[in-house]
Parts: sequence; C-alpha cells; structure tokens
Amino acid sequence: MKKYFGGALAALISSVILYSCSSSEKKLPIYGERNPIEREVDGKKVIDTVYHTIPNFSFLNQDSTALTQDFFNGKIYVANFFFTHCPSICPTMQRNLLKAYEKYKGNDKIAFLSHSIDFKYDQPSVLKDYANKLGVDNDQWQFVTGSKADIYGIAEKYMVYTKEDANVPGGYDHQGYLVIIDPEKRIRGAYDGTNEEQVNQFLKDLDVILAEYK
Amino acid sequence: MIRRYFFACISLVSILYFLFSCNTDLSVETMQYATNGQKLYVTHCQNCHGAKGEGLGKLYPPLTDVHFLQENRSQLACIVKNGMSGEIKVNNTLYNQQMPGVPQLSAVDIAYVLTYVTTYFGDSKTHFKKEEIEEFLKNCNTQR
Repeated sequence: MKKYFGGALAALISSVILYSCSSSEKKLPIYGERNPIEREVDGKKVIDTVYHTIPNFSFLNQDSTALTQDFFNGKIYVANFFFTHCPSICPTMQRNLLKAYEKYKGNDKIAFLSHSIDFKYDQPSVLKDYANKLGVDNDQWQFVTGSKADIYGIAEKYMVYTKEDANVPGGYDHQGYLVIIDPEKRIRGAYDGTNEEQVNQFLKDLDVILAEYK
Repeated sequence: MIRRYFFACISLVSILYFLFSCNTDLSVETMQYATNGQKLYVTHCQNCHGAKGEGLGKLYPPLTDVHFLQENRSQLACIVKNGMSGEIKVNNTLYNQQMPGVPQLSAVDIAYVLTYVTTYFGDSKTHFKKEEIEEFLKNCNTQR
C-alpha cells in the first residue's frame, strides 16, 4: 500500500513540474515562410532560421506626419486593414480592437496600426475625425493612408487579403484579421476581428506575448 | 410533511412564473415580429449599431434612445430603407455620419426589424404593421 502511495506521489510531483514548465514557457507561434541559413562561426557550421518579417514602410498618419517602423521599435503592435465608411465588417472589427486599445492604454510596450485601404477618400483629416469619434485620444493607435500600391503591397506582407472591388458593399473587399507583430517584426498571430471567440483568444494571446517581451 | 412539500412546490412555481413573465406583456405576434427582426438586424444593422444597440463611440449612434424612437416613429422606416445623413442628437450626443440605407428590405422586413429595435432596445410593447410601414414609406423625404 505504502509503495502505491509513494508511486502516486512521485507521479503527481513529476506531472506538476512538467505542467508548470510548459505553462510558464507558453509562447505564440511564429508564422510565415522560414529559411534556414548556414553560416560559419569559429570554424563551426551554424544554421540560423530566417523568419518572414514586415519590411519598413512610410505612411501618412492621422496627424499628417510620416509614420515608419521606427515608431514601433521595441514594441509589439497589432495591425489591421479597414476604411472609414466601410459598411460591412470594419465596425465590428474596430469595436473589438477598441477593447484591446482600452485594455492596454498607456502601456508603451504595445501599439495599434490601422491601414485604410480607401486611398481615395480616407485622407489624414478623415482618419483623424474617425479616430476621435471612435474614442482614440492618444498616439498609441495609429491610422494611416498611403498609395494603393504601398498599402495593398504591405497587406500581403501581413498576409491579409485586400482588393478594390466595385461589386462588394463599400467598394473594397478585405479580410478582418487582427495581426500581432512582435518587436522583431515577425507575425505571431492572426485573429478574425469579427468572431467573438477569436477576439477573446486574441486578448489572451496579447497577454502571453507581452509576458515574452517583458 | 406533505404540506411543507406542497408549499415549497407552489412557491417554486410562482418564482419561476415571475421570472419568465417579464415578456408576457408582449403579444405572441409581436414576439414573432421581433424574432424575425433580430435575424435581419444581425445581417444589416449589428455591424455598426452593436449587438445590444449600443452604437460605437461617436461614430454610430445607439438605438436605445426611447425618446428618439418615439418622436421619429413615422421616420424610422425611411431611415432603414434610404439611409440618412446630417446631424442628429441621440441620448444627448451629436452624431454626424452618413448611414447607408438597406433598399432591398420589403415593408414587412422593415416592420420586423423595427419591432425588434423598438421592443428590445426601446420600451415599445407593440409591433409595426406592414400596412403602417407602407404608409410611412410613401411619405419619405428622399432629400434626406
């Protein structure tokens, strides 16, 4: 009997240790293509993995100033694509991103970046008015506009589908993903910003990645 | 002992009755209109106005202003069908954003969705009738 008890205790302790290790080291996956690169260090071959990253960019923000990757140095940020008079998925997506903005407001480790895909209408003044009315009153959430080629090009880098399409309501077709980018510019998560379950997971995962880059 | 069980049962039944009787002041027909209207609301209105009619910031007005719903009762059908623009005051806050209409909705669809909005977010106890909506739509000011 005593033997069984000891065995059970050992099993319990080891499972607690195993479990606590795995839970404290929980990290978000890294998305996108990866390439192994071989190089020599002190005569030994070392293989590095090169991950898909978001390239540098320069867009006009809601204050009509240029916004580049420098703004996000050392920060985690969440990117998405929308337009101000979008009648379909955008309001729901922005309502959900607003939850994250309000939760982490004042935390300088995290920022938000909304790209307008309506390069014709959404000038900085329109974006400013939209941001104010949404309830964004600091620079932690950036709203940017750019040329069609630049915006649609960077959307591909975030793996979000965008297209000008006269056949859909509002004139632009796009996906409502909220994409988490880490300070190394790698994609760490993508969540459907119109799906309540995925938005809840998104909010949880932001805590996970913030813990990783404490 | 049996008596005690009997009283317990009676009180349980009456508690349940009070709990579920909140909705009984709406007629079955009104409830049916509201249920049909909810589906249309989710498809055409919820993105902007929210699942609880709460609106979004100062972009999209909430649909919970009982006075607005009452005062503009005869205009609501036109707003749903043709959209609206210009400044409006809802819950003492000014809103000025263009709203697209949903022109494909029929009169009975509009009756459903307005019944949902006015009974769930407002305090209405009755439903909009199809004939009533048809009359409202004849008098729409298309200049809005």
